[in-house]
Amino acid sequence: MTAAMRPNASACPACDAAPAAEALAEQAAQKDARLALSLPTIHCAACISAVERELSAQPGVKSARVNLTLKRATVEAEQDVTAEDLVGALEAIGYEAHELDAGTLSSTQNDRAGRDLLMRLAVAGFASMNVMLLSVSVWSGAEAATRDMFHWISAAIALPTIVFSGKPFYVNAWSALKNKRLNMDVPIVLAIVLAVATSLWETMLSGEHAYFDAALTLVFFLLAGRYLDYRTRAVARSAAEELAALEVPRATRIVDGEEDTVQVRDLALGDLVLVRPGGRMPVDGEIVEGQSELDRSLLTGETVPVYAEPGLGVSAGEVNLTGPLVIRATAVGEETSLHRMADLVAIAESGRSRYTSLADSAAKLYAPGVHILSALAFLGWYLYTFDLRTALNIAAAVLIITCPCALGLAVPAVTTAASGRLFRKGMLIKHSTALERLAQVDTVVFDKTGTLTAGTPQLTNLDDFSREDLAVGLALAMGSSHPLSMALSDAAREAGIRPAKLSDIEEVPGFGTQGKLNGKLVRLGRAGWVGAQALAQTSAFLSFEGRSQAFTFSDTLRDGAEESVQALIEDGKDVMLISGDSAGAVETLANRLNITKWVAEALPEDKAAKVQELSEQGRHVLMVGDGLNDTAALAAAHVSISPASALDAARVASDIVLLGSDLSPIADALATARAATKRIKENFRIATVYNIIAVPLAVAGLATPLIAALAMSSSSITVSLNALRLR
Amino acid sequence: MEVLAYLIPISLILGGIGLLAFIFTVRTNQYDDPEGDAQRILSDEWDDHPKP
Repeated sequence: MTAAMRPNASACPACDAAPAAEALAEQAAQKDARLALSLPTIHCAACISAVERELSAQPGVKSARVNLTLKRATVEAEQDVTAEDLVGALEAIGYEAHELDAGTLSSTQNDRAGRDLLMRLAVAGFASMNVMLLSVSVWSGAEAATRDMFHWISAAIALPTIVFSGKPFYVNAWSALKNKRLNMDVPIVLAIVLAVATSLWETMLSGEHAYFDAALTLVFFLLAGRYLDYRTRAVARSAAEELAALEVPRATRIVDGEEDTVQVRDLALGDLVLVRPGGRMPVDGEIVEGQSELDRSLLTGETVPVYAEPGLGVSAGEVNLTGPLVIRATAVGEETSLHRMADLVAIAESGRSRYTSLADSAAKLYAPGVHILSALAFLGWYLYTFDLRTALNIAAAVLIITCPCALGLAVPAVTTAASGRLFRKGMLIKHSTALERLAQVDTVVFDKTGTLTAGTPQLTNLDDFSREDLAVGLALAMGSSHPLSMALSDAAREAGIRPAKLSDIEEVPGFGTQGKLNGKLVRLGRAGWVGAQALAQTSAFLSFEGRSQAFTFSDTLRDGAEESVQALIEDGKDVMLISGDSAGAVETLANRLNITKWVAEALPEDKAAKVQELSEQGRHVLMVGDGLNDTAALAAAHVSISPASALDAARVASDIVLLGSDLSPIADALATARAATKRIKENFRIATVYNIIAVPLAVAGLATPLIAALAMSSSSITVSLNALRLR
Repeated sequence: MEVLAYLIPISLILGGIGLLAFIFTVRTNQYDDPEGDAQRILSDEWDDHPKP
């Protein structure tokens, strides 16, 4: 919406927004509308107050709050306020704004799990500090009744805390045991329970050693690791959700000749849907009215637009280019080809779940080892002394000292640091093991259209035309918003061409633009329409004084594509190009980027099969793609990346999303991933070294709570500091 | 040693107040927008009276 239209909207918001608002009102059932806007350019205090002031000044808006961390504004408003009004108002004062679909975002609104974890962490921190204070007095020489009192106070603090804060571990351990498996949480829970039980027993008998502080610090450090891990994934998830929410699922339905804005999920079979130029097909259907051209590149990878006329079938996801089209829905919701593709993805994904993370494989080695060691210590000491109390104390000490404090922090601390670093460079790590998998990559498969290329055409043969022809071409191109026309007018203007004076310029949707020069007809458009022979590459024809000449176009490379591919090749990776586009276009691009292996005219199944074949040869494939035709391959690959401009389905199927339009972070991400995996392994080694020193002491019965506390804290801190080196 | 009878409850109560304050801040969504809060303090918009 432009600034000029806004006063009209403010004067009578109801008249302007009534049809759309009515439809929305029905769904939201008389509640105030809650609108969310994405504000990518805000960055300072002045922006916050300017945006909030402008939004609050809009009629019908009750409150507006900007969140600078998420770069988002939440608006509470009356039913008849639409997001378009607000976006228009913000754009008029110079802030870029996009509507976000509130339904898609709702899951991030209430971050219950994160808050729950934070609360448990806070309680554990409070309790462990207090108990540690009391323990320090015991270690420094409190005796007899004083020591007993300190132990009893510690117990009073520790017991409720352990019950409350340790809940996530109990739940995880229980579900693992129920499935007859061992995970990292089983030894953790055993150590906590045993430590508290023996400490309580010791306290009752006025014993010397109590491990309340150890049990609490253990819980605190482990929860810190869990929380870090959770935060990293929550940040990625909310950013990914925002990308999805940017595509508001609305369609224009035609009922009895009237246009009505509805949610895509409410469309039914046989509905007539209007798709304006630049719009995406919401459902599968058949064209019943209008002529235009369709951009199918997101579905098939073809760059040449397809001519569209009544009778042609269209698939959800295709983009309408020139004229308005009315389609009759033939498949909606789950039935559309977009959703059918999801089945392919599900099949391909089953292969990936076989990957075991480093943490899991460490746990597999570690959990049984710890249990056996502790049981042996118990048995040995019992047989040696026949004293259950001593034996149990030593078994508890072994469990506490070996407890995977450092192991619990080793992975999350590193992934948090690495994900943070990549996020600042514009990469979103969605999957928790994506970095580990990325580090193993030896083969990189690129999609062409929309991935290596920007998807915007560029004129290649400007010099073949005379200035006179160009002036006519420019004048015609300016009459259309077709991507090829826009590319032509950009190139011609850059060359300093002024448009020729034409009369009667009109756009014929689906064919091109025509006009009159000194009474003679001139045309710019499809080959058949101007009476020329079609070419294999993307082209538009200019017919002028009885002769026709072709403007040819190639796709512009995405920023950083060349550097990225070059860096990957130099790094010794096997780089491949698989595209659904024609052989000529693919070969040109492959040569330009020095890619020796390429496949053209690949169907979605072919892409997935090729990736699968490479995996079966034992290679670890990184797939980079954006289209619907790539989703199966993205899911089949060992690890996958898609750009932010990709179709939602492709982004969901990939592990990493590139937020900017630049491809250059890819090579960097591989290096960061390798560094991260190295750090994780280093951290495991550090934790092991601490255990090698401390475990013999514990088994020999020499470990005191002081030694346990020292070993645990110092190993956890070393591991975290080691992870921070990645930042 | 009688002093412990005062000091230990005092230390626990002070710590407990800190914990309750933290729980209050979490419950009232005060960690939702750390960057925005850091910037908002620079704005002079509601310097004279609180936002109604």
